[in-house]
Amino acid sequence: MSAPRDGEDFDEASTAQQLTRTWATPRGWWGALATVDHKDIARRYLVTAGVFFVGAGMLAFVMRLQLSRAENTLIGPDLYNQLFTMHGTTMMFLFAVPVMQAVAIYLVPLIAGTRAIAFPRLTAFSYWIYVFGGVMVWVAFALNIGPDAGWFAYTPLSGPQYSPGKRVDFWAQMITYTEVSGLATAVSIVATILKMRAPGMSLSRMPLFLWAMLVTNLMVLFAMPAVMLASSFLIMDRLVGTHFFNAAEGGDALLWQHLFWFFGHPEVYIIFIPALGMVSSIVATAARRPIFAYPLMVLALIAISFMAFGLWVHHMFATGLPRLGNSFYTAASMAISLPSGVQIFCWIATLYLGKARFNVALLFVIGFIVIFVLGGLTGVMLASVPLDLQLHDTYFVVAHFHYVLIGGAVFPLIGAVYYWYPKVVGRLLSERLGKWNFWTLFIGFNVTFFPMHYLGLAGMPRRIYTYASGLGWDGLNLLATLGASLLGVGVLLLLVNMIRSARVGPLASPNPWEAGTLEWATTSPPPPYNFPHIPLVTADEPLWRERDHLSVMRGLRLDKRELVVTTVVEARADLREPVARPSLWPLLTAIATGGMFLASIFSPWAVVAGAAPIAVAMIGWFWPDQPPRADGEDPEP
Amino acid sequence: MNEPRSTLTPDFMGDLSRLEVHGHGPRSLTWWGLMGMIAIEGTAFLLAGATYLYLASQVPQWPPAKLPPAWLWGVVFSAVLLLSAVPNEWLKRQAEQESLRAVRIGLVLMSMIGLALCAVRYLEFTALRVSWSDSAYGSIVVVVLGLHTVHLVTDLIDTLVLAALMFTRHAYGRRFVDTAENAIYWNFVVLAWLPIYVLLYLVPRWLQS
Repeated sequence: MSAPRDGEDFDEASTAQQLTRTWATPRGWWGALATVDHKDIARRYLVTAGVFFVGAGMLAFVMRLQLSRAENTLIGPDLYNQLFTMHGTTMMFLFAVPVMQAVAIYLVPLIAGTRAIAFPRLTAFSYWIYVFGGVMVWVAFALNIGPDAGWFAYTPLSGPQYSPGKRVDFWAQMITYTEVSGLATAVSIVATILKMRAPGMSLSRMPLFLWAMLVTNLMVLFAMPAVMLASSFLIMDRLVGTHFFNAAEGGDALLWQHLFWFFGHPEVYIIFIPALGMVSSIVATAARRPIFAYPLMVLALIAISFMAFGLWVHHMFATGLPRLGNSFYTAASMAISLPSGVQIFCWIATLYLGKARFNVALLFVIGFIVIFVLGGLTGVMLASVPLDLQLHDTYFVVAHFHYVLIGGAVFPLIGAVYYWYPKVVGRLLSERLGKWNFWTLFIGFNVTFFPMHYLGLAGMPRRIYTYASGLGWDGLNLLATLGASLLGVGVLLLLVNMIRSARVGPLASPNPWEAGTLEWATTSPPPPYNFPHIPLVTADEPLWRERDHLSVMRGLRLDKRELVVTTVVEARADLREPVARPSLWPLLTAIATGGMFLASIFSPWAVVAGAAPIAVAMIGWFWPDQPPRADGEDPEP
Repeated sequence: MNEPRSTLTPDFMGDLSRLEVHGHGPRSLTWWGLMGMIAIEGTAFLLAGATYLYLASQVPQWPPAKLPPAWLWGVVFSAVLLLSAVPNEWLKRQAEQESLRAVRIGLVLMSMIGLALCAVRYLEFTALRVSWSDSAYGSIVVVVLGLHTVHLVTDLIDTLVLAALMFTRHAYGRRFVDTAENAIYWNFVVLAWLPIYVLLYLVPRWLQS
């Protein structure tokens, strides 16, 4: 008897039943810990990153309360240092990058039209190691040993001489955890996009969302090693007496800034480019037409990613580097606004040429365009060295990067929540509450951060825990704090909408927005196997080509986990590869690795002693647990 | 949860059942994972090398004690490592042809070469003539050599595990893909060593002359 395969031999109900038996994660604690379903992992990532976002937001609100009036005594300088360090660290490392990768983990396999992510166990491992690192640094903060040297931890302040104790060590190892996690996820996403797109989805018709995620995660591969290297140098300086940043023994403090910003500037774009992909999806669907000038959009994404690696010295204009070098980085920093502008104009053209339907997701896109353009303009201003020297380390810079990061990443992300929530949860969010949500956030954001431009011009430095009265800063600081309260109400409305709609929202059909990409071809929420049959892509927007039908391929096994591997450029079907089943090894490997990272803060010998459990866990991971099959096909790992 | 409702009727346009279940090189999914890892680790090597040159540019005397690493073990290591590329390439080709007997021989041979190289590497560490805590020079030299050693040991463990697998019932199909890709990783370990050798052994001597 031949093996059961999807196709005309089985009706759709029987196909779904057999695929569910093969692909469903077992219930109970074992299934919860062993799951390798990209949708389960992504949901956990999203919830965890959301918790960190709210936590870091609350720290920011406490800082705003402290600054609401002159000579306030709510918070002392020591706690204030921990607050701004934890706020920046959490937002950048535990929220922004992981949340964007989490959206990719959920959506990339669906938009690519495949059954799983490329390396499911590696993706599971990345989640565990991320959550361990985040919990570690927050527990340290709760015990009053939270990092306090700023989110970029400049040496020599963060070095052994000026930061004794364990605070900065927790920061440095948090970097190791989150970057291991981010790198592992990036490899999975890149391989998924390049090798697992549905047959027919050639690079030339790949959705812009996938282009954005491909470009972002390629950037991760080349940017994150820099910060891992830097934080490893730092912790070695602190724990075993190396001298990388110690000027007395031939080291150099500026080396830290070079390595950190070689990562740190691309990092901003690693957060921003996924948002561009989300916006392109929302705009195309709202305008009911493909994005205007698709090839130009792809080229702009690639241009941004390359230029992002040539900007890092603009964070270092105040360090006395050679003038000629500075001019290069000024030019590069101004030039990157060109491809960013191309994107904005193409979206506007798309909306203008299409029949735009205004929903809350599109509202957030428009909010993004307004705020991000303002942030981009102050960015061009700060690229000029004389102005930067004047404004360096003032609230003008704080205003600038919150306009860029919240405008450029958080607004599109919330737009994406309104757009994809029905796919993930199976119910629609309330559009009415969504409008309230948008306006409180938009007004709250601007009232909070717009005054900071003026405060910076008026000379208020960042990272001060209080200020004297009569400097002309009092009123605007109070206004910013009031704005922050409204911003908090906006976030609360979003949470209320999400929690309430999960129970009482109207049920979502597979394609509630009548969008054109493949994630809308399957049910909301998708089944464990994503698609009953692998789609065959014959058009740029497959779901706009035919109303009720979908071109698909038959022939994948129903009784074992299997997917189709395609060629990189043309996406021709090439191989049927088996997919990993649930396993505890990723969790055990994360415990071994995370335990070693944690213990290394207290003794360098932990690196030696911890190597053995890591090796054992990894060998267990790679050892095949299925016997060879009688039919000559490869078993699932 | 709602019942799965598919509103789209499938039109079957083609058949996937005759596709092969594994392939070598860029056809395989894991090859792309391997390239991702090589991109990450290659970037780390490049930045560590850049750090070495940056630190060298910041001081009048490099190395500070005018004592570059002794020649002997570095030369022995480089010679053995470069020669190992020959049996490694042979093993890769045998794995691609899925010849089990040859792959077993190759994996045992490469395991022994890896073990020998680890022993030479230990001696190399003792001949650096500097400690990581002496100066920034000592720190970067030890770390660059350590970074390369981590790759050496990782590939050795991988080779040992694959050798063990190839003598069990798991020696079939994708194991040959794994073996060929492990050989590609060894090529990376070899190639990464060449600039590191120049950096650690030749650059300090050039800077002194």
